Amino acid sequence: MDPLLVFPNPPPPELAQCLDLDGWSWKAVDNAEAAMAEEPDEGWSGAVVVADTDPAGAFALCRRLRKVEVPIQPLLVLVGGGQLDALELRDDLFDDFCLTPLRPAEFRARIEHLFSRAGRGTRPELVEYGPLALNLETYQAAVDDEPLDLTYMEYELLKFLAAHPGKVFTRETLLSRVWGYDYYGGARTVDVHIRRLRAKLGEEHAGLIHTVRSVGYRFGQSRWGG
Amino acid sequence: METPDTGDITPDIKPDRERRRQDQQDYVLRTIEERGVRLIRLWFTDVLGRHKSVAISPAELETVLDEGLQFDGSAIDGFSRIQESDVLARPDPSTFELLPWADPAEPSGTIFCDITNLDGTSFEGDPRQVLRRNVDRARTVGFEMFCAPEVEFFYFADSSPVPTTLDRASYFDLTTTDVASDLRKQTLHMLEALSIPVEYSFHEDGPSQHEIDLQYTDALSMADSVMTLRLAVKKIAMDRGVYATFMPKPLNGVQGSGMHTHLSLFRDGENAFHDPTAADGLSDTARSFIAGLLRHAREITAVTNQLVNSYKRINEGYEAPRYVSWARNNRSALVRVPITKPGKVDSTRIEYRAPDPACNPYLAFSVLLAAGLRGIEDHLELPAEATMNLYDLSRDEQRGMGVASLPHNLEEALDEMEASELVRETLGDHIFEWFLRNKRSEWNEYQRQVTPFELETYLPNW
Repeated sequence: MDPLLVFPNPPPPELAQCLDLDGWSWKAVDNAEAAMAEEPDEGWSGAVVVADTDPAGAFALCRRLRKVEVPIQPLLVLVGGGQLDALELRDDLFDDFCLTPLRPAEFRARIEHLFSRAGRGTRPELVEYGPLALNLETYQAAVDDEPLDLTYMEYELLKFLAAHPGKVFTRETLLSRVWGYDYYGGARTVDVHIRRLRAKLGEEHAGLIHTVRSVGYRFGQSRWGG
Repeated sequence: METPDTGDITPDIKPDRERRRQDQQDYVLRTIEERGVRLIRLWFTDVLGRHKSVAISPAELETVLDEGLQFDGSAIDGFSRIQESDVLARPDPSTFELLPWADPAEPSGTIFCDITNLDGTSFEGDPRQVLRRNVDRARTVGFEMFCAPEVEFFYFADSSPVPTTLDRASYFDLTTTDVASDLRKQTLHMLEALSIPVEYSFHEDGPSQHEIDLQYTDALSMADSVMTLRLAVKKIAMDRGVYATFMPKPLNGVQGSGMHTHLSLFRDGENAFHDPTAADGLSDTARSFIAGLLRHAREITAVTNQLVNSYKRINEGYEAPRYVSWARNNRSALVRVPITKPGKVDSTRIEYRAPDPACNPYLAFSVLLAAGLRGIEDHLELPAEATMNLYDLSRDEQRGMGVASLPHNLEEALDEMEASELVRETLGDHIFEWFLRNKRSEWNEYQRQVTPFELETYLPNW
């Protein structure tokens, strides 16, 4: 995963420790110019801006990060409990905020929630199950190292299932989690795509996706040994 | 109070849709890069249902995904207009596939396109947009139509005007000498690789005739699938030096090729054709839908059966329906209602038996959907079921029973279509008028032909 932008440089030690403990890749910058100059090839994956010592400077940086061609998000600001009014009229400059002094559990929950909402997650870049491997960075799936040719929705469905092995999902859950708003035809659509996926997995591996009678579908073996 | 114009989707959903489209584009672009795709074929369909393809390089794709590909529509049958003839092909990234028969050293991808005007509005000559519009209209009243066609076709030695069959095997025959079974196996494999699951595939009654039954899916995906299937069947045959044809009636005295189409409507995830309280399990929605199909059957036949030759199949009978009727277990009826197995209520469906595989699937599914929906809107009552074999009816009996025939030829079908407000509304003025003009001229040309029948019958005697 590409690094998070962190401001200021150096960040408060408790923040650095939090990020390191949770395995985030990050890089602190001095100012907006440094943020642009040191931007990784694939862009910053997000930003954590500490605003409790110099709110004006910190929000000026936020504004710069948001005004570039591809705005940097998600963006989490840290403010002191007495500085909440600094957030007023600046809703467009950050995605969420967290109070200082930092409570690591809260910080972790907020940043993970932000990333999962942005669809990038803190998940590993590779999902593997038996002979199946999905590379979430390159959108490629393979069985026994042979690439699978999937349509976008087939890939999204397989990714979701493979990321939750052993868990039974109803058709309705799959619809809302994988298709979101953009579906019609209800549960039938799920059946259609499962049928296509099984065909593409081939006879030998079609059984990776189990039909759980009158419930829905399960990927891989049941957690309960069923 | 002023109400904001939110178009057909609510503001909450719109950003989600846009993000989804962006995701789809990223998926396509990334896959092309990762898999080393060298060529992308943009696919679309002319008004007559013929497959059109434009190849572009991967470097051009990103721009084309964003902006569309501009081309002169006047070269395409049914696209021509008097003024501006340039249109845009806009790829639908959800349809992106790698072409399974491409040379592995030079992978190719395919994407179906929607055709729009230069200002981005949908182009009225594009059959895919016609089906989209009709599917959207059904959605506004809560229905999604699922289709499952049974596509029949022949393998011949070549495309010469004197067809030579490959084999003399008949229905369900399994012989090692059946060269076509290898072709079929290969075709099924390719179709599965193209996300087109096959329910059954078998040898039909006619010599060299085959049938592929597709697993149901939504109408738009299915119309795309029928286009892909026709291309795949022909391509795989050609690679083995065989000619595959979807011509409705290529042989005298042998049944023609149909495309019986199973239809069902779903609403809120439930099969709207099923009613557990009805003695026969059929809902009022299903009854009115069938009644609508029957009421408008004669008007839509020019679209489901668009060739002069289509009517040779219908007139000959066999498994083709001649009369506007419905029945449960009577294969001579136009609409058949298959018996639903207990516990399989979701498979409640009806089968419309007139279409043939030379139709334009986008337009055919559009008129079937529109005729059925009109039946529902008008609360039409379902007429009595035809329980006898209709092929045995004499003309007088048929009239006495008030059973109409399907049109006997293309001209009769065009007359019916021309008078149909339903078909005009469904296809839109542009396609409706072009289609009639084009088909009238096809009929007139046919009328001037001296046929082998005439030469054989009249020349020796007069």
